Amino acid sequence: MALGRLLLWIVGLALAGSAAADDAKRLRIITWADYVPAEIVAQFKAETGIQVELTLSNNEEMISKLRATGGAGFDLAQPSQDRIVGAQQEFRIYKPIDVAKVNLAQFVPELVEIAKKNATVDGKLYALPYVWGAEGLVVNSKKAKVADYTDLCKPELKGKTAVRLKRPTLMAFALASGKDPFALYGNTKAYAALMDDVGRTLIACKANFRFFYDNKDQLLNGVRSGEIVAAMMWDSGAWRLNRENPDIRFVNPKSGAIAWMDTFVLPARGKNDAGAYQWINFTMRPDVAAKIAKAVGNFSASKGAEQLMEPRLKEQFKESFPDGFKTVKWYPAIPAGLEEIEGRVLDRVKAAN
Amino acid sequence: MTGAAAPRLQARLMLGLMLAPPLLWLFALIVLPHVDLAVLSFRERLGPGEYGRSLEQYRTFFGEPLYWHVFVRTAVMSAIATLLTLLMAFPVAWTIAKLARGRLGALLLVVCLLPFWVSETVRTLGWMILLRESGVLPQLLYHLGLTAAPVELLYHDATILVGLVYTSLLFMVVPLVNSFESLDNSLIEAAYDLGASGFAILREIVIPHAKPGITAGCIVVFMLTLGNYLTPNLLGGKNSQWFTEQIYTQFITRFNWEQGAAFGFLLLALSTAMVWLGLKLSGQRFGDVMRRA
Repeated sequence: MALGRLLLWIVGLALAGSAAADDAKRLRIITWADYVPAEIVAQFKAETGIQVELTLSNNEEMISKLRATGGAGFDLAQPSQDRIVGAQQEFRIYKPIDVAKVNLAQFVPELVEIAKKNATVDGKLYALPYVWGAEGLVVNSKKAKVADYTDLCKPELKGKTAVRLKRPTLMAFALASGKDPFALYGNTKAYAALMDDVGRTLIACKANFRFFYDNKDQLLNGVRSGEIVAAMMWDSGAWRLNRENPDIRFVNPKSGAIAWMDTFVLPARGKNDAGAYQWINFTMRPDVAAKIAKAVGNFSASKGAEQLMEPRLKEQFKESFPDGFKTVKWYPAIPAGLEEIEGRVLDRVKAAN
Repeated sequence: MTGAAAPRLQARLMLGLMLAPPLLWLFALIVLPHVDLAVLSFRERLGPGEYGRSLEQYRTFFGEPLYWHVFVRTAVMSAIATLLTLLMAFPVAWTIAKLARGRLGALLLVVCLLPFWVSETVRTLGWMILLRESGVLPQLLYHLGLTAAPVELLYHDATILVGLVYTSLLFMVVPLVNSFESLDNSLIEAAYDLGASGFAILREIVIPHAKPGITAGCIVVFMLTLGNYLTPNLLGGKNSQWFTEQIYTQFITRFNWEQGAAFGFLLLALSTAMVWLGLKLSGQRFGDVMRRA
């Protein structure tokens, strides 16, 4: 009996200790691979005493994990700006951002506007911008000539291209067919018909795809080894390959690159909001943001960071996007229900022979 | 009377106490989640955050040919993988149980076990390094002049089968070795003395004796294969289409837990049905088979 009571006592103590004392001293972030360099984590700890704990993930997993716990388990998440409204309306997994606690002057105003437009639910803002970039094509210019998404289906590229079997691919091929999928977001019927069309295009093209990649490294390795000569990819990955091999370049597709932006959001039952706001203000400081941008290879939403950017990255950006981001299309927020339509089409593509 | 009942009660209490942890574990980690999933699978999304009772998820499965195609495909491929594993494990197990003497037998078993010292992910990635177009095997074939250009050996159904057989070989070898070891050698010698052929001995003596072991191995391998996620996904690439992948997709990328739960139960029903069918066809009883394994 005495032993049992002792055990209980130890367990109770351990639970109490881990729960209360640490919450203010640690910040649990769920984010993408490479988004938070170790150097930045160390600097944050030195400045504030808060230890950052990272969980690496992607859009769908972030939402699913937060959904499973009702928004608990993490203090800060970084989903893409178009994936916030739907998830919030459906699952209530985030809490609104208190703008008074954030130094908004540090952000690029245009990007904050996009967040306001696409991540406001019931008049409350749920997200602030973190990094952004565009998705287009990566091409080995010695081995293939590709100017638009549908060129990946040219017969001479059989078995040598790759895309992700996810919604960006559907959007890209819809744009390349001359239609605007984003304009049809409100019209479910027309949208479903367009997606069916895109699905047929992708099925006809399936022999050209060597694989559907799930993670960045799978594609990078494919391109490096020469197995893949052209693929859909976001700018930073292409620029990284370009630094290794100048023949590999990012191509801004004729029908337009699609811009993405990943954000800061607060999970509904996060335990360290104060720490999360500290982290947001810290990572948007120009000197810190420049370091992050360099490590990630993408652009920060911090206003002052651009001057401090690596010249090489600026050059690559200029070469890829001569007229800046004017020709680029931003993802609008996805209304709930559309993903089910897309899901059926993606399943059909996967199953086709 | 009371004198005899008290110790019996105590013994029963002891048994209850000893069984409590596994029963609790079984209930909290297996029964409860399954009940939750069952409830989930009979739900349907009506609007944002709004759900109602329905059979819609199961109707979708039968209505969309795609899903049950993948379902049937997974079952057939798993059955083929199980059969191939049996064919490959049979001689291996025979060698370990009957031909290798003493320490050699133990050594051979360890050799079978060795690949399991690394995780399944690493083993599968190993296959990918060997089989990809710029990988070891295609390059070797190319440099030996056997193929005109390096051939992509990944992303075929056959590749999936190779991976599955490789991962499940051990689970077939162990029950087979067990049942071969209990086979009296004098039976085989007597059969030879009476002029039986090797094939007749296999058919009349070895297989009937090893039947429970064979069935046990097949059940374990079939279930492992059917529920495998990693191997078909990584080795099968764009054509993999394993049913577990559908479940993952529904849960994680589609946020459609209801559909995922329904798929999960269909898979459970499938494996139960296949095991029952296997036992019926081979005339075995589940209890006997599991004791042998």
